[in-house]
Amino acid sequence: MPQPRSAAEIGALYQEMILDHYRRPRNKGTLEKADASVEMKNPLCGDEIGLQVAFDGDCVCDLRFSGRGCSISQASASMMTQLVKGKTTEEIDAIRKQFRELMLGNASAADDPQLGQLRALSGVSRFPARVKCALLAWNALESALGERS
Amino acid sequence: MKLRRNSEFPADSKVRRDSEFAADLKVRPDFPLLANNPGLHYLDSAATSQKPRVVLDALRDFYETANANPHRGAYSLSVRATECYHQSRIRIAQFLGVADSDCLIFTRGTTEGLNLVAGSWGMANVSSGDEIVVTAMDHHANFVPWQVLAMRRGAKFRVCELTPDGKIDLEFLSGLLNKRTKIVAFSHVSNALGTINPIAEIARLVREKTDAILVCDGAQSAPHFPVSFDSLGVDFYAFSGHKMLGPMGIGGLIGKREMLEEMPPYQTGGDMIEFVHDDRTTWNVLPHKFEAGTPNAANAVGLAAAVEYLDGIGMDRVRAHERALMSEAQQRLAAIEGLHIYGPPASERSGVLSFTLGDVHPHDLATILDGEGVCIRAGHHCAQPLMRRLDVPATARASFYVYNDESDIEALVAGILKAREIFGYAPV
Repeated sequence: MPQPRSAAEIGALYQEMILDHYRRPRNKGTLEKADASVEMKNPLCGDEIGLQVAFDGDCVCDLRFSGRGCSISQASASMMTQLVKGKTTEEIDAIRKQFRELMLGNASAADDPQLGQLRALSGVSRFPARVKCALLAWNALESALGERS
Repeated sequence: MKLRRNSEFPADSKVRRDSEFAADLKVRPDFPLLANNPGLHYLDSAATSQKPRVVLDALRDFYETANANPHRGAYSLSVRATECYHQSRIRIAQFLGVADSDCLIFTRGTTEGLNLVAGSWGMANVSSGDEIVVTAMDHHANFVPWQVLAMRRGAKFRVCELTPDGKIDLEFLSGLLNKRTKIVAFSHVSNALGTINPIAEIARLVREKTDAILVCDGAQSAPHFPVSFDSLGVDFYAFSGHKMLGPMGIGGLIGKREMLEEMPPYQTGGDMIEFVHDDRTTWNVLPHKFEAGTPNAANAVGLAAAVEYLDGIGMDRVRAHERALMSEAQQRLAAIEGLHIYGPPASERSGVLSFTLGDVHPHDLATILDGEGVCIRAGHHCAQPLMRRLDVPATARASFYVYNDESDIEALVAGILKAREIFGYAPV
């Protein structure tokens, strides 16, 4: 029988930074001109995300997300858009893979400075049912980058 | 129609009457999973119920003393397996008020029962231009099979809207009914809102205006109050064993004999045949015609033990217990600032309470409650058409059963307050 979550685990999950991004999402909205647009749903919980990306050469020069979801999915999307803006698709790919490691509970990923604020989501790995929430925006980004290549 | 958020419940006479009901069942020790986990507050019985020891013992006993393939062997062990399976059907039919137990077809659960009616009766009787009616509160299992049937047969698929407090809008329903209506499918009790639907009134309306068959999704009624199929006034009633203390993977479809006899088989194979020739096959009698392959005899025995246990408590007491808990829970939750309850007042609902808390997403709420040992459901409850009408992507849902008591409500309230503490209060 799995034990209920401890208060410490819950605290680690809902850090101030996550609630801040949930309540004041960055880069939320739509782009006037996007090179790639993706919509994704998590049919399990009904959460949905729309992601629009504009490229400048090999760089993601701007992006916006829309939709609704839980604090984890919204904070993950908000932080992701901040972090990847201005980065090349290759750099983004490396971050995306590292973020997935973070979600799998890989301790070295939690110390990786290239993940920036996203490290605040490290507590999610202790909640397997919530990992999909954190990955929703990243799956949308992967699809948007793929749409372009 | 947009549904109203309903967080205020006037202390009218109906609500006051709930004080006559007492949450006085003390059966938690009968449930090993709960007995072994004193800190666990299981409030997700609308999804699946916990199992009493007598059910687990019955399963073990079948496999240890009677296991063989029913209806197959000439040897006495197979005869015993057949007899166990047969007696289970009779016992469950008796529990659900079915005098003719051959009209109870064992299925995997409600979903399969509804698909059986859609696939068999529906494909044989619905044609282009006919109409099928469901309601906006139906579970996907009582929505999608009819939608697919309508598409296959070129029939019109019509959805009955709800009143602002989450009941079937009978006037709207009346407007949908006509001589082309072939099937009216509805839930006895809504799994997402807990609304208990007025089955007699619905039946009267449908009989008055149509020649349609009435199909009732009983997944949320059979476990929670007395149900007597023979006096329900519907043609088909489907239920799930695992929601009524029985094992997973067993349930049933009850139908009227004359309809079941005319219907073509749903699945074909062993046991459901009479004679198989190279060029044709004839069908076995009821209920076997609809039970192809080796039946889930052990789980039928387990479900029979579950209904025996429920009868031991008495279904009226089960209902009284849940009603008292619901009344208490509704009052306690309605008092929390920013908490919105969906659906009708406690007196008109079964033990299901759907709610949201300010801008806290139900998934976050469920995770925080999990931290307090409280299991609730968060999501769309397999009722996306309803969620769209509520204009929310998801709700949190607490549901009660015989083993719950006031300590579970205490833990639920404490957990919700904890979520308020973590998230702060941001009204929406």
